Amino acid sequence: MRFVDEYRDPAAARALVAQITELAGDGHYKFMEICGGHTHTIYRHGIEHLLPTSVELVHGPGCPVCVIPMGRIDDAIAVAQAPGVIFTSFGDMMRVPGSRGSLLGAKAQGADVRIVYSPLDALRIATENPEREVVFFAVGFETTAPSTAATVLRARADAVSNFSIFSNHVVIGPPLRAILESPDLSLDGFIGPGHVSTVIGQRPYHFVAEEYSKPLVTAGFEPLDILQAIAMLMAQIHEGRCCVENQYTRCVSEEGNPRALAILDEVFELRPTFEWRGLGYIPDSALKPRAEFAQWDAELRFAVPGVRVEDPKACQCGEVLRGALKPWECKVFGTSCTPETPIGTCMVSAEGACAAYYNFGRLHREVAVTMGGVA
Amino acid sequence: MCLGIPGEVVELLDTDRHLAKVDVAGVRRNINVSLLEDEGIVPGDWVLIHVGFAMAKIDQAEAQAALETLQEMGQAYADEVQAVMESQIA
Repeated sequence: MRFVDEYRDPAAARALVAQITELAGDGHYKFMEICGGHTHTIYRHGIEHLLPTSVELVHGPGCPVCVIPMGRIDDAIAVAQAPGVIFTSFGDMMRVPGSRGSLLGAKAQGADVRIVYSPLDALRIATENPEREVVFFAVGFETTAPSTAATVLRARADAVSNFSIFSNHVVIGPPLRAILESPDLSLDGFIGPGHVSTVIGQRPYHFVAEEYSKPLVTAGFEPLDILQAIAMLMAQIHEGRCCVENQYTRCVSEEGNPRALAILDEVFELRPTFEWRGLGYIPDSALKPRAEFAQWDAELRFAVPGVRVEDPKACQCGEVLRGALKPWECKVFGTSCTPETPIGTCMVSAEGACAAYYNFGRLHREVAVTMGGVA
Repeated sequence: MCLGIPGEVVELLDTDRHLAKVDVAGVRRNINVSLLEDEGIVPGDWVLIHVGFAMAKIDQAEAQAALETLQEMGQAYADEVQAVMESQIA
C-alpha cells in the first residue's frame, strides 16, 4: 500500500493534493490520460485514491498494444506461419489473443517466433540468417516508430533484403480527436503522454485547446509529476485559461525531436484508415512504409488475411480503452479475464488499464472503499 | 518494451552506424544514438533508452530520479533491464 509518505517528497504531494482539492471545490472534474506509462504510475501509486472525489481520472487509448484489433493479430500469425519466416516481436505482443490463439500459441505449434528487445535485434537476426525471411512486428506510438524507421534505413544502407516490418505503428493525435468527438465522454482536460511528447513535442496537441477548448498538460512519470499536472489543469480551469502546458520540461520541448521526426517522415506515411479496438476506423491514424521502402514492408511481401474480427462478446476492452468503462466495471474482469487467462488486450499488456489495475490498483481500491472513500 | 530507462554513455563506437556503448544498471551494452545526432552525444552523457535507441539526453539528477522510480516498479524494470542485456546491437 502506498501512502503519500512513501512518495519522494511527501510534503510536496500533500500540498499538491490540497491545492487540487481547493480548486475543485464542489465541482466534479474528469481528466483523461493517454499514456500507458501514466496508467501504470497512477495505479501503482494509488493516485486516484489520493485525489479528492471531485477529481476523477479516466484512462484512454494510451497503450499501443491494447488498441490493435484481433484481426491484425491473426495477420501477424499468418505471416509467422509462412514458410521460412522468422517472426520477431516485442514481448508484450506474444500473448495478445487473436481469433485462434496468440503468437505464443503459434510458436508452440512450430512457428519460429522470437522475442526481441529492439528492431535492430531483428535486423541482426536477418543478417545472421540470410536464407530466412525475418519479419519485425512493429508496434508503438511515435515513441517507438522512429526507431523502426531508423532500422529500415539501416537495412537499406546495409542492403539487407531478407528483412521486413509488419507495421502497426499508430499516432496519438487522431484517437485524441476521436475521443473529443465522442458524445458519451465529457472530459475536462487531458494529461498528455510522456515519451511520445519527447518525439512530437507540444504542437500536435494545440488543437485540443484551440478547437475543443480543453486544457492539456504533458506530464512525466513520477507520481509527483502526475499530481502537478493535475494541479496545473485545475489552475487553468479555475483561472478560465485553456492551453497546452508542459510539466515534463526536463524531457519534453515545444518542438520535440526534429531529427526523429525527420527519420519518421522519410520512411513512413499515414495509412488512409486503420481500425482501433474500441474506437473503430480512424483516418490518418497509423503508419506504413512509403512506396520506396516497399521491399521492407511485410504486408507487400506476404499475403495477410486482412479479415476484420470482432472482439469476443464478453470483451469490453473497447469501452475501457475509450474511457467509458473502468476496468472493474467490465463484466469479466478478474473472473474469466485475468492476466493468466486474458480475453482482451487490456489485461495482456503491461500498460493495459486492466492489467495495471489487477496488479496494483485493486488493493488500493479495496482499502479506499473500506475506509469510506471513492467506490 | 515501453519503459525508457536511463543509461550513461561510456564510449562512442561507430559514428557512421551511430553506435554507442552505454552502462545500464552496471551492464554495458550497445545502443543506437542516431535519433540524437543533432545533440552531439559524448561519453558522460545520460540518455533515456527505449528499444535500443537513445531517445533523449537527460541530466544526471533526472537520471537518478528516474532510476529510483523505475526500481520501485520492481519486476517491470527488472524485465526491461534483462531485455537490454540480451540485446546485441551492432
